[in-house]
Amino acid sequence: MKHIKSSVLLDAFFAKLSHGGALIVLILVISIFAVLLGYSLEALSQLGLEFFTEEKWAPNLEKFGARSAIIGSLISTFLAMALCIPIAIGIAIFLTEIAPNSLKTPIGTSIELLAAIPSVIYGMWGLFYFVPLMRDLFGGLGIGMLSASVVLSVMILPFMAAVTRDAMNTTPDILKESAYALGATKWDVIQAVVIPYAKAGIIGSMILALGRAVGETMAVTFVMGNVHRISWDITAPATSIPVTLANEFTEADSSLYFSALFSLALVLMLISFSIIAIAKFYFLKKVRRGL
Amino acid sequence: MATIATIEHEKALHVKDFSFTYAKTAQPSLVEVSMPIAKTCITALIGPSGCGKTTLLRTFNRMHDLYAGNRYEGEIEFEGRNILGPKEDLIRLRTRIGMIFQKPTAFPMSIYDNIAYGLRLQGIKAKSELDDRVEKALNDAAIWPEVHQRLKKEASSLSGGQQQRLCIARAIAVEPEILLFDEPTSALDPISTQAIEQLIMQLKERISIVIVTHNMQQAARISDYTGFMYLGKLIELGKTDTLFVTPQEALTEEYIMGKFG
Amino acid sequence: MNAIDKRRLVSRVVLILSSISALIGLLFLFWILGVLILNGIESIRWDLFVYEGAPPGMLESGLKHALIGQLILVGCATLIGVPIGILGGTYLSEYAGNSRFGNFVRDISDIMMSAPSIVIGAFVYAVVVLPMGHFSGIAGVVALSIIMIPIILRTTDDMLQLVSPTLREAAYALGAPKYRVILSVVYRGAKAGVLTGIILGVARVAGETAPLLFTSFNDNFYSTDLMEPMASLTVTIYNYATSPYADWQSIGWAAAFMLSMFILALNIIGRLIILKRKGA
Repeated sequence: MKHIKSSVLLDAFFAKLSHGGALIVLILVISIFAVLLGYSLEALSQLGLEFFTEEKWAPNLEKFGARSAIIGSLISTFLAMALCIPIAIGIAIFLTEIAPNSLKTPIGTSIELLAAIPSVIYGMWGLFYFVPLMRDLFGGLGIGMLSASVVLSVMILPFMAAVTRDAMNTTPDILKESAYALGATKWDVIQAVVIPYAKAGIIGSMILALGRAVGETMAVTFVMGNVHRISWDITAPATSIPVTLANEFTEADSSLYFSALFSLALVLMLISFSIIAIAKFYFLKKVRRGL
Repeated sequence: MATIATIEHEKALHVKDFSFTYAKTAQPSLVEVSMPIAKTCITALIGPSGCGKTTLLRTFNRMHDLYAGNRYEGEIEFEGRNILGPKEDLIRLRTRIGMIFQKPTAFPMSIYDNIAYGLRLQGIKAKSELDDRVEKALNDAAIWPEVHQRLKKEASSLSGGQQQRLCIARAIAVEPEILLFDEPTSALDPISTQAIEQLIMQLKERISIVIVTHNMQQAARISDYTGFMYLGKLIELGKTDTLFVTPQEALTEEYIMGKFG
Repeated sequence: MNAIDKRRLVSRVVLILSSISALIGLLFLFWILGVLILNGIESIRWDLFVYEGAPPGMLESGLKHALIGQLILVGCATLIGVPIGILGGTYLSEYAGNSRFGNFVRDISDIMMSAPSIVIGAFVYAVVVLPMGHFSGIAGVVALSIIMIPIILRTTDDMLQLVSPTLREAAYALGAPKYRVILSVVYRGAKAGVLTGIILGVARVAGETAPLLFTSFNDNFYSTDLMEPMASLTVTIYNYATSPYADWQSIGWAAAFMLSMFILALNIIGRLIILKRKGA
């Protein structure tokens, strides 16, 4: 009897313990938002909407306008996605429909492995190899919005290519064959069967990549320049939220400066959280159900 | 040597000394198969799994060419030429010889677009012509009454049996000469199976049909000719009513008596 | 030109375009890989493992401090992140199942897995660095374990769910209490998968730089004191690469090479474990 009683206790204990493990994730998310918000309050209440509309960011004058960082984040992410999406789809089509079997596995595996290389390496490559190239091509410093976007797009490329390929690979052979059996060409089949079939997965992976790109720090910090200015010249130095945080967090010397940086972190967290939530709830749900 | 009965009809296809080897295997999967396929008749291919019946069927529209490394030998004559030739236009060939698969293969698009797909591939763009031919195909596939009010709905909203008839409609919309059926009812319930069988029997008025089936009763019910295959060889081809009653080969007899398979 | 020939042409053109774009993408990726390997091999030397950091221009300059720091940071983060992640994943798979709470935690973890790591750094700065009054190894450990928990949690959840219900039922039929079934049957069945998850989680965390920038910060000297700022390979790569000194940059490449090889090795080991299990 005693033996059974102790196992009941242990059972309850183990259930509670593991429940705690699951709750920690929720507690962390809530505390992250709460802490970021708490430290942001000073800047947000003092600066109000101006924080978002003001372009000028001059810590020595206690002027903190986040517009250039926010816009910079949006532009660099948008450019990176615009460069990355067609190439990633190209690679995915190449790997699923064109490449001979002897190439599929080695190329596919190296792309997956490249997705695991830390972003700081991509940033380093950008600084030492891509920036000089841009300098030769466009003059100026070579550091700036365009360089950052290209490095960012190269960094998210392996992830996106791999996930897009996986989504396309889920198309049943029999479905493709039945399109071929109607006299379709390869492209007809890709267009009418493979892409529609994999659509939810492809869009979901793009949005996940977008979420990563928005929050990515190291790939861009090296090559963006951290200049708080919005310029139509995309080869000019610029900044983004992660770049500003990485460069200035340890330099904040006043509580308002500090609070302004936390506000930026909060904005970044909100943007990334909503992007990924959209991907999850809107697109990837379908995929999960479909399986 | 195989026993091949004489075919009273014109030939839709003529297979001559045909051997087939899959990529990366040395052993051929089909060995020197010779058989005529009668025009506007139903020819059933039966045999235990792995006997090569599906492999043979997939040669007629050269599905095997989608995967590298498969090897053909011999000849298959269709419309007066050997379709195994290197200059064969596979895209055109596949519009002349359609195929229906083991499972319904509705494309991820609307019912209407599923049917119109093959027509659009042939360059038909005019809305009125598309409408007419979609309706005709759905009628011919005996599914028009069930779907005409929801043509814009996703094809996946149909039941399995309806989807399979939709696939048949899609295949006949482009007016092929021959239709290949690869175990078309293996994923369906008995009622849907019956509907498909009736449909196939109606289609043979205009279209020559080859059907692979694992179900001997099905072959007996619907086909005019039956070919029995075993271990990559055609053992016997005969008129269905004679083959099932008085098989000429001992192997055929054993198989239809259920001694193996 | 008829419809079929036109389609054939379009198909050919599109396929060529997609092959070209694939080629461009692959060129960039292999450019990076090539640069990393060439510079890494050129810069790596035995001294780097022996000496700690030194001012630019010094010959006796190495990465010992950063390597040890990296191992301590990632090791401690693993010690915290793995048990919590496994417990949470166990709860999701074995207790919560498909309940709303379970799926909610799953979704939140997925979102956390993609949360900007620099924001995690800012959070840890607020809750650990500010109260302590200075940067510290422990703050870096906390930041890395926060990143690790959702990763381990989700893979554990997935892997435990793959264990067949009949196995569980067989154990219950012997009268085993639930925790015993989980510990002795479910965990054993999912061992390879969970292990792979842990390895990949470690690999992922080992490459994180941004959350360390203002938590463990950096230190150019060898130290094992978690209460003090601590060097890491990643932050050292950043600092050395952005410095104007050629010798530091070269050490930076060596560090980048070591880090990448470590992470690649972990990824390959993880894959081999999966392959081996599939083969068995």
